[in-house]
Amino acid sequence: MSEVKSRKLDGSRTLEELSEISWRLSRQIIEITTKAGSGHPSSSLSAIDILTALYFGGVMRYDPQRPNWPERDRFIMSKGHASPAVYVVLAQAGFIDAALLPTLREIGSPLEGHPNMRMLPVVEASTGSLGQGLSIGLGHALAARVDRRAYRVFVMIGDGEADEGQIWEASMSAARFGVDNLTAILDHNHYQQTGPVEQVMPSLIPFAEKWRAFGWHVVEIDGHNLDQVLNAFDEVLQVRDKPQMIVAHTLKGKGLSPFEQDQVTRKHGVPLKPQEMETALAELDRLYDKV
Amino acid sequence: MDIMHETGLTLGPATRDAFGKELIEIGRENDNLVVLDGDVANSTRTETFAKEFPDRFFNLGIAESNLVGVASGMAAAGKDVLAASFACFLLCNAYDQIRMGIAFPKVNVKLVGSHSGISIGEDGPSQMGIEDIALATSFPNFTVLVPADARSTRAATRAMFNHPGPVYLRTGRPQVPEVYGDGLDFQIGKANRLREGQDATIIACGLMVAAALEASHRLAEEGIQVTVLDMHTVKPLDEEAVLMAARETGAIVTAEEHLLDGGLGSAVARTVGENAPVPMGFVGIRNTYAESGKPEELFEKYGLTPKDILQQVRRVIALKKGGNFR
Repeated sequence: MSEVKSRKLDGSRTLEELSEISWRLSRQIIEITTKAGSGHPSSSLSAIDILTALYFGGVMRYDPQRPNWPERDRFIMSKGHASPAVYVVLAQAGFIDAALLPTLREIGSPLEGHPNMRMLPVVEASTGSLGQGLSIGLGHALAARVDRRAYRVFVMIGDGEADEGQIWEASMSAARFGVDNLTAILDHNHYQQTGPVEQVMPSLIPFAEKWRAFGWHVVEIDGHNLDQVLNAFDEVLQVRDKPQMIVAHTLKGKGLSPFEQDQVTRKHGVPLKPQEMETALAELDRLYDKV
Repeated sequence: MDIMHETGLTLGPATRDAFGKELIEIGRENDNLVVLDGDVANSTRTETFAKEFPDRFFNLGIAESNLVGVASGMAAAGKDVLAASFACFLLCNAYDQIRMGIAFPKVNVKLVGSHSGISIGEDGPSQMGIEDIALATSFPNFTVLVPADARSTRAATRAMFNHPGPVYLRTGRPQVPEVYGDGLDFQIGKANRLREGQDATIIACGLMVAAALEASHRLAEEGIQVTVLDMHTVKPLDEEAVLMAARETGAIVTAEEHLLDGGLGSAVARTVGENAPVPMGFVGIRNTYAESGKPEELFEKYGLTPKDILQQVRRVIALKKGGNFR
């Protein structure tokens, strides 16, 4: 239905190179949230490997020199509390100056607690009130159809966020319009603000069959396995006439012990204390064979 | 149906019909315009646009939150976007989506809420938009238009598309009296002075402008001369016109088909109280939901007739003269 042509990943970076980027960005997430003294590091860490593959694995088309390029692919972080993940990625991609990162959440900084497109125009949507980014992404996807443009839209949503009815309104209508230039990624990190998704809203699990029932193309993967993430993007880019959902199982806090110690919410919305940060960074280094 | 049967004005088309007609004209001139619907196109009158421009029309189903989110995304992608539904469903159901997706990022989305007020009659209070002006004016960055008749609705529709940023336009279901003839000058943020008088000023919006004119004629028979302002733009309020009215006539009555809380009267009162306090009276729905019934009956019961305006005018004039009128 749409004008979007099938695409293949360019494979310009090796898995080792992507892993190196993911390691660096994961460290930054922990560091800048600890410095800010507030924020959502665990919700950002669960998403960072997916974002690394999306931005640096040849999936998304963008040009940091032309942030308003009409043909650019769009990424919308619907779970806006994962803004630290967005900011470190935008700095790595060259959209913003990395020197801004330590100003996260400070007055006057464009790096607000949740993404604000008035303060930081390179984010494609102002988010933070959950449930809304998928509809906004659908709007971009439909605009591409009307304007006969070939860009794609990627939207990341949270598993807790899927409690919001608007997620299902958007899922219903995206399938009805057959927008194959819309890819959603569910950061299925299994914890929401007050407890495990399995306890707060068990009726949403398993997620994959819900979106299949709506007529989406669904892929289910390990969201920390870069090879699986890239393969999933490769697969969804070939899908015609259907929106696609990547259900990515992830770890809220990436399995690092200071987060794992909180067995109820994985430290939702809590930055690490300086000592915990040192522990987490050391574990990250071991995870990435950096010691 | 003539809900303003007491006025001497000619009954004209409904404001929703006028909006639908102008929308078609604008659609022909601007091929960047897309129209989004929440499965009520035959009620809001975006249906004719849908028929003529099917590639630029999207019915997103009965899901107003998603409707507004999609509007936000399309506007961010560069489209001129209009999204329409019933006033109550659009503003009440999708209030947070309007806040996050339209007002906060200040994107170029035009919202149209039809079936506003109690003049929809028999369908009853669940369908009546009586909070929409309060909700729409609460958003920073918003412009809120409440035109009085068909001619001014066509002008408001056109002005809205020439006005960058978020706009809410309120339309109604029934036929309404024609307040304007040829030569209407409609500018967003600029009230129209329809009648001159020195004893008091009636500031009205929507179909209450016709009621205000009727009241002014009857008052003239009693020897009371009032100014009538059509405050078609509730936000940003024409403060200059309001303050001039306060200073020149020393007494103000507002009239709106909306709850008194947060509507036109509240906005006028804030401006008057801040800058030029004078006695004020308020005609509108007082802290209640309405009910099913004929529009004429509802206007009578809920105090929205020319007679209600007239009584308020007498009251504020008495107060101005230092009396203890109640």
